[in-house]
Amino acid sequence: MGLKNNLHKLKEKYEGTKMAPAFNAIHTFLYMPNETTHSGGHIRMADDLKRTMNIVIMALVPCLIFGMFNAGYQHYLAIGEEVPFLSGAAFMIGVTKILPLVIVSYGVGLAIEFVFAMIKGHEVEEGYLVSGMLIPLIVPVDIPLWMLAVAVAFGVVIGKEVFGGTGMNILNPALTVRAFLFFAYPTWMSGDKVWVHGAVERANQLANGENVDAISGETILGNLAQNNAPGYDLADMFYGFIPGSVGETSTLLILLAGLFLIFTKIGSWRIMLSAVLGAIVMGLIFNGAVDAGWVSESSKFYGLMSTTFWHHLIIGGFAFGVVFMATDPVTASQTNRGKWIYGFLIGFISILIRVFNPAYPEGVMLAILLMNVFAPTIDHYVIQANVKRRMKRLKVKTA
Amino acid sequence: MGILSKKDSKLILDPLADNNPITIQVLGICSALAITAELKASIVMTISVLFVLGVGNVVVSLMRNIIPPKIRIIVQLVVVAALVIIVDQVLKAFAYELSKTLSVFVGLIITNCIIMGRFEAFALGNGPWKSFLDGIGNALGYGVILIIVGFFRELLGSGTLLGIQVLGDPIAKTGLYALGYENNGFMLLSPMALITVGIIIWVQRSRNKTLIEEN
Repeated sequence: MGLKNNLHKLKEKYEGTKMAPAFNAIHTFLYMPNETTHSGGHIRMADDLKRTMNIVIMALVPCLIFGMFNAGYQHYLAIGEEVPFLSGAAFMIGVTKILPLVIVSYGVGLAIEFVFAMIKGHEVEEGYLVSGMLIPLIVPVDIPLWMLAVAVAFGVVIGKEVFGGTGMNILNPALTVRAFLFFAYPTWMSGDKVWVHGAVERANQLANGENVDAISGETILGNLAQNNAPGYDLADMFYGFIPGSVGETSTLLILLAGLFLIFTKIGSWRIMLSAVLGAIVMGLIFNGAVDAGWVSESSKFYGLMSTTFWHHLIIGGFAFGVVFMATDPVTASQTNRGKWIYGFLIGFISILIRVFNPAYPEGVMLAILLMNVFAPTIDHYVIQANVKRRMKRLKVKTA
Repeated sequence: MGILSKKDSKLILDPLADNNPITIQVLGICSALAITAELKASIVMTISVLFVLGVGNVVVSLMRNIIPPKIRIIVQLVVVAALVIIVDQVLKAFAYELSKTLSVFVGLIITNCIIMGRFEAFALGNGPWKSFLDGIGNALGYGVILIIVGFFRELLGSGTLLGIQVLGDPIAKTGLYALGYENNGFMLLSPMALITVGIIIWVQRSRNKTLIEEN
């Protein structure tokens, strides 16, 4: 009784004042909202936005926990110590490195949401709950916290609030954060060292002539872009025992999460399926070009072009992007036919960027942001085509 | 303002804020994006536009009664082109390095919409003194935004101002860099210039609600 009643009293007391949205937010966050939303971005979904958010969070938690184990595991691997994957030592490293990322992401993001809610005088929106969880999962484990904070502020303000908040944004806020980090601080976001905890530091020590045991944490995409062997076997890539951004390494867990999202009807299977199809088509085209002998082995694209088409699906952040980012109901296409086109192009362009621009190995991020921009256009033409079709039918009937 | 009448000073002050060519009329965006990665380039660009627009407005205003309306655009272009060539040559002679950074954008002052816009909208219909003030005012309004954008882009992008390392040395790790601060490479790319201009527009309009357009 105590907390709920007190909160309610506080809410009544501050009603109509500037602080009202803040109390409202705490109240709805801890308890059920006592009224449903009537208008705005929510109109497209029949069910409560909070349910949508909660289910996505549930799907993300396994990735987060796996990421914590993997961060420690990769760290010990890199310094040449063998520890079992599911060990306390590995988990401890993961927790101490990744929990701060989560806290900063939520802290900064929610603070900005609160401020904007107060300025605009409306309720705090739930939209950030998922973004705040996605952001720590798509950054390298060693990213400095202040950089993350700056990027989150940029992503929330420029990616979302300037357009009017949750439901109005054109770009996926979490990917906006990642793109900002990627272009602003490239030394922390790309290359062969950043993906394993402590690798940058060890590289610096090596450069200074200190004697440390270190192997570089080159990612698979990095290796392929330099025409080297991927360096990891397929099972490792699939289960996720590879260096990479915090939560995107395990294709298995992402696949399960994807099925969970499809089963609960939160994520669109059309987008996921068509994105995979798009990637396969592009991969097959590249494989075909290699088989036909159009690309010589000395070509700088040979490594990535000759990668067997379905391997593209399990390396890099492709799976994570397709399951969690491309399906964002706000920024994706809304029409069913539009979703097919939107998803297909995401898969297609991801692999295209990945292969032809080794400087941007994470093509899926740029592909999704690009298609986010085009999603309304796709919808427009799908709807216009439908209108035209029905007009024709109308004419036939009246004639 | 003692020297200027109220009307005249309005000609200069209006474009600085409430009728700013960049943030309100959204003209001259291309150069605002292209050359504002450094404060120095912004300042030189401002001075160049100040010269071209100030003198150009006077010249066009003096000729306004003898220019046949049908070919007035061509005449205006000739005036701008002549002035821009003077600026370009002066820069090449006295500030060669800088003219290389500004490269094609000095020449592109010709296509800066603000200049043709002021010729068309003001100089063709007003006397030389008023046209001069209007030209100066608009060039300053343009320059203020350029300098603000250039200031933030250079400070956050390279950690310098006018080439001086104000935040410490990034290689020797002194000043802020000792604390782990790093330059934001995104600020040096053109998209951030657009976003910075966008933020200025946002701040300006939320301070002065009358500027918000109805739609």
